[in-house]
Formats: sequence, structure tokens, C-alpha cells
Amino acid sequence: MREILRAEHLKKYFATPFGPLHAVDDVTFSIKEGSTLGVVGESGCGKSTLGRTILQLHEPTDGKIFFREQEITGCNKSEWKDLRDEMQIIFQDPMSSLDPRMAVWDIIEEPLKIQKKMDKAQRAAKVKELMDTVGIARRIQYSYPHELDGGRRQRVGIARALALDPKFIVCDEPVSALDVSIQAQIINLLMDLQKEKGLSYMFITHDLSVVKYISNEIMVMYLGQVVEKAPSDELFGNPIHPYTKALLSAIPVPDVHIHRERIVLKGEITSPVNPKPGCRLAARCQYATERCSTPQQIVEVSPNHFVSCCRVNELWQ
Amino acid sequence: MAETSFLEVKNLVVEYTSDKQVIHAVNNASFSLKRGETLGLVGETGAGKTTIAKTILRILPDKAAKIKAGEIFFEGEDLLSISEEKMRTIRGNESAMIFQDPMTALNPTMKVGVQISEAILLHNNCSKQEGKKRAEEMLEKVGIPGQRFNDYPHQFSGGMKQRVVIAMALACNPVLLLSDEPTTALDVTIQAQVLDMMKDLKTEMETSMIMITHDLGIVAEVCDTVAVCYAGEIVEYGSVVEIFDQPMHPYTIGLFGSLPDMNGGRARLTPIKGMMPDPTNLPKGCFFQDRCPYASDECRKKHPDLNNAGGTHTVRCIRKGDEQNA
Repeated sequence: MREILRAEHLKKYFATPFGPLHAVDDVTFSIKEGSTLGVVGESGCGKSTLGRTILQLHEPTDGKIFFREQEITGCNKSEWKDLRDEMQIIFQDPMSSLDPRMAVWDIIEEPLKIQKKMDKAQRAAKVKELMDTVGIARRIQYSYPHELDGGRRQRVGIARALALDPKFIVCDEPVSALDVSIQAQIINLLMDLQKEKGLSYMFITHDLSVVKYISNEIMVMYLGQVVEKAPSDELFGNPIHPYTKALLSAIPVPDVHIHRERIVLKGEITSPVNPKPGCRLAARCQYATERCSTPQQIVEVSPNHFVSCCRVNELWQ
Repeated sequence: MAETSFLEVKNLVVEYTSDKQVIHAVNNASFSLKRGETLGLVGETGAGKTTIAKTILRILPDKAAKIKAGEIFFEGEDLLSISEEKMRTIRGNESAMIFQDPMTALNPTMKVGVQISEAILLHNNCSKQEGKKRAEEMLEKVGIPGQRFNDYPHQFSGGMKQRVVIAMALACNPVLLLSDEPTTALDVTIQAQVLDMMKDLKTEMETSMIMITHDLGIVAEVCDTVAVCYAGEIVEYGSVVEIFDQPMHPYTIGLFGSLPDMNGGRARLTPIKGMMPDPTNLPKGCFFQDRCPYASDECRKKHPDLNNAGGTHTVRCIRKGDEQNA
């Protein structure tokens, strides 16, 4: 499979009065065509910033992004306008990402108008097709976002993202705001679309059961850095990094007969402003030693399974 | 009945009025709770879970909400018929509530310690010093250093704020604790810390708890019994083992089918089609009929009763779980 997107040593720092905030710090990954990369982590780990930086919604501080082997960092505005045909995003909260003063029809049509590739009749046909694809009834075309429930609203957000027939979509917590029964409908829709149109997703979420279900590969982030990356089944079957282990053990399992030992991390996430060199989990990690205060290397422990922990060899033989 | 259960909600009906429309929020809900037991109240947004909890504490908005019918017996007393004055001695003292969003449940202009000691001073005849001491003890109990008594809510992280809210609710050693999605706003590792803490407190203080949540994983972990809410009524009730091993109501089965399986493969999810009925215009017959794969003419004509399905298990469906045997 060909690679659709690659990021190399991507960094995004935000200036704060107390020093630079390392939101995304030296992240490298690639996504193959037609596959899904899941990005998981707790709030504040930089997963949304990563998604937005890839789409140039934030200017990267350093690093390179390649789309279909072409470097896209440093593209100018008009080049980016063309790229938006291929790269789109679905946001977490459809209530704040849809214009409250635009009706459903206009929201879906807007990207087509901006790209100026179709006449009015073609656009109308396309909007109708999109509404059918994502499963929203024609009768709500004149409704405004506030008149819809969460599930329908998110379908409008998906229709808008699909309008230009993109090949790559960043899904930033698309189901987090929805009830489980509706969540399952949207996940099924996203997976059907992927199969039908050969889409590639970067799926950002904090819900580990969803990410396991939908992803081919999973990347776990902690405070702006990748701590572990592996194919989905490998990551869940054989987690290695102490943070991944704690994260997986913390998920409440909907089964009354399973009683697992839970690894509880002490304390809370530390500040990403001016972080010290070395492992960022060290303060909460039960295995921390002095060596953890030196910069960590991400190493491949088995094919395609990467871990960033200096004690990886002694702790997990 | 009064001997075994210390909280008993009977045929509760609550309505909201807005724009001359009547919203049927709670329709004939009944359940009971024993001492030291944790009941999970499960359901989608708008199922009436929070309204039930607020009715028990009588903190519904005065003008919009109306309790149409029902009784709530708490230690043998009907909470809906006692005076507001009497209610005030129960609320925050014998029973307390943990709200979902810690940011809105705390007063941003008050020191957290003062907010905790407020309840203590109100319900106990004690001096300010004693109140402060108790509040510091409560902070320590939920894992926050007592020195942080004088800090304001914005100086705490989300998880810490939720602990403050819990400390506040537990300040007077309530015998009944209502938790409205206490960990929904938190990350999983912090959620794990808070749930562990709540479990410890439950065994330590023998508090009964109603846990409102939509997360079946949390239910499996902390609850003893489960009530599944749909469109303002309880459609299935039973012990955790009964509900998880043999869910019977098509809605409960649908909820389980909507969850990605953490241990299994990638079988396609089987979501419940459609959406909850409009609470201003509930259908005649079963409320779940439009989304139910088994709905028959009978379901459209007659509203089903809660049927006994063995043990403590009851289910509001005429099929009573036939689909399992079919």
C-alpha cells in the first residue's frame, strides 16, 4: 500500500508568558492509503493540535509534512486551497463547528462554492448525493444546526468534509459528544465510507475502545510526544510502555466477570510549558530511574512496534 | 417494604412545561435501594436520569418542573410531602449530590475549603474552627493536601476539582449519595483514580449510592443493581449480573450491541436505529416501538408493564426476553 501522509519530526510550540508550550514535540509517523491511524491520549497531550497542524490550521514550528510524497510544509495559500480538496477534517463538537446561521443545505454546499469547480445544477446534485451518503433526510435541508440532534449534526459535519471528495480526513473526536447508540451509527458510517471511497483517516480520540475498533495502527501520545506506536491488535495485546499499560488498565470494561488489576498512575499530567528533558511520564511512573531524566529514544522493539522508554529492554524481556 | 429498602421511589411522574408544551421527563418510574447498595441509572441523554435524581433532592426548577404523581420514601418518610424546612435538614446532610461538571458545581469566587465547610457549619452545631478542621480532613480523604483549603477552584485541575465536589458532597457523611456522571468530564486515568476512591468511601461509610452514567463499563465496575431508563421510564431492572449476563429488553440489548468489543474482533457494530421519541409527544403503546426490531401490533396498542423475568430481574417488554430463546 502506498503512503498517503508522512510527518517527520513535527513540532508545534505555542508562546505563553511562562515560556514555550510544547504541544507537539518531535512527532514522526506515516499513514498508508486506505488505512486509519488512531491517535490516543488524555486531554492536553497534543493530539488535536497534531491533527490541526497537519492541515495547516496551525503553522508548524518545525518539521516536515509530506502528502503523497510531496512536501506540503511551506506551501502558499493558493497551493493549500488546492490541497483542501484532498485533506479535510471532522470536528468534535458539531454545534460549534457548524455555522449557526447557515441551513444544512448551505453548510454542505459551501466548500463546493469556494472551490468553484461546479455550476449550480451540479452543486445541487452533489449536495443531494452527499445527504444520501451520510443518511440525512432531504426534509431537513432547510433546518439550522440548533434544530438538529447531535447525531444528525455530526452527519452534516461529515457531509461537509466529504463534499470535495477528499482522500484523507482528520477525525478529531467525531463521536465523543454522542450517546453510545448514536456513536455506533456514526462509526459504522465512517467505516462504510472508508471502504467505499478508499479514504484514509487520522482518528483522534480519548476513547480506547473506539480507537481499537476503527484503527489499523495506533499511536499513543503523552504530553506532546509519542510514547508508543503499533498495529492495533499488537498494541492492545502487548502494550509495553508504562503509560500505555496504565491507560489500557484504566478503561472500565462492560463485563461483570472480568476483574483486572488496575495500574493507577499517581498524580496528574504535568505542565507542557518548558518541559524538562527526558521522559515526561517519569514523575508518575513506578519504574522511573535516574536514566529517565535523559532524552528518550523511540526504538522498534518488534516489527512496526515502537516504544519510547529507556528501560524497555530490562523491564519487558 | 419499608424495612428492607431505605429509599423507595414509587410511580414518579415529572413534567416540564416550556412554550406551552408539556415534556414528559419521567413517566411512572419506580425503584428501591437498600442500605450500602449502589444502583446504576443508565440511559441516553434525555432519558430522565438526572431529573429523577433532582426530584429525590427536590432541587428541580420551581416554575418549569411539576411533580405530577408519585412518592419518594427515604428512611420511611415521604420526601415529596414534607416541608421545605425539613427537606433542608436532609439535603446536603443525609443525602447529597455530585454533579457532572465540576467547573459549574463550584463557586469560582469562594475558596474551596470554605465551600466544603459551608455544608458542615449549616448542618452541625460547631464552631468555624471545627468546620475548617473537618473540611481539611475531607480534602485529605479525597487525596488533596489540607493546606489547599485556601485555594480557589481555578487553581485546581479538572480531576482535583471533581475531588473537591466529592469532598463537599461527603462532608456530612450522607447515607444517600446521588452521583450524576461524576467522571464523564475526566480522562480515563483520572477517572480510574476517582472511581477507586468512591468505591473505598462506599465500603468505609456504608453509603448507598445512585450512580447516573451512560458508561456500561463503569456500571459493571461499581454498581450492584442496574435500572435502564428509556424515555423517562425504567425499561429493565435487575442485579448487575442479571443485566450484563442476560439483557432482555431490546433497548438494553441494543446498548450492548453499540459498544465496540474490547476483547473481540471488528464485527460490525449493531447500533439501535433511529432516535428516542420526542418527549412532548410520546407514542401510544411501548415507547421503544419505532426503534425495536421485534415490534408487533400489540406493542403499538398497549403500553407494556414491568414483567418479572426471574430473580430480581424485571423487564418492560411483552416478549420478556423471548428473543434469547428463539
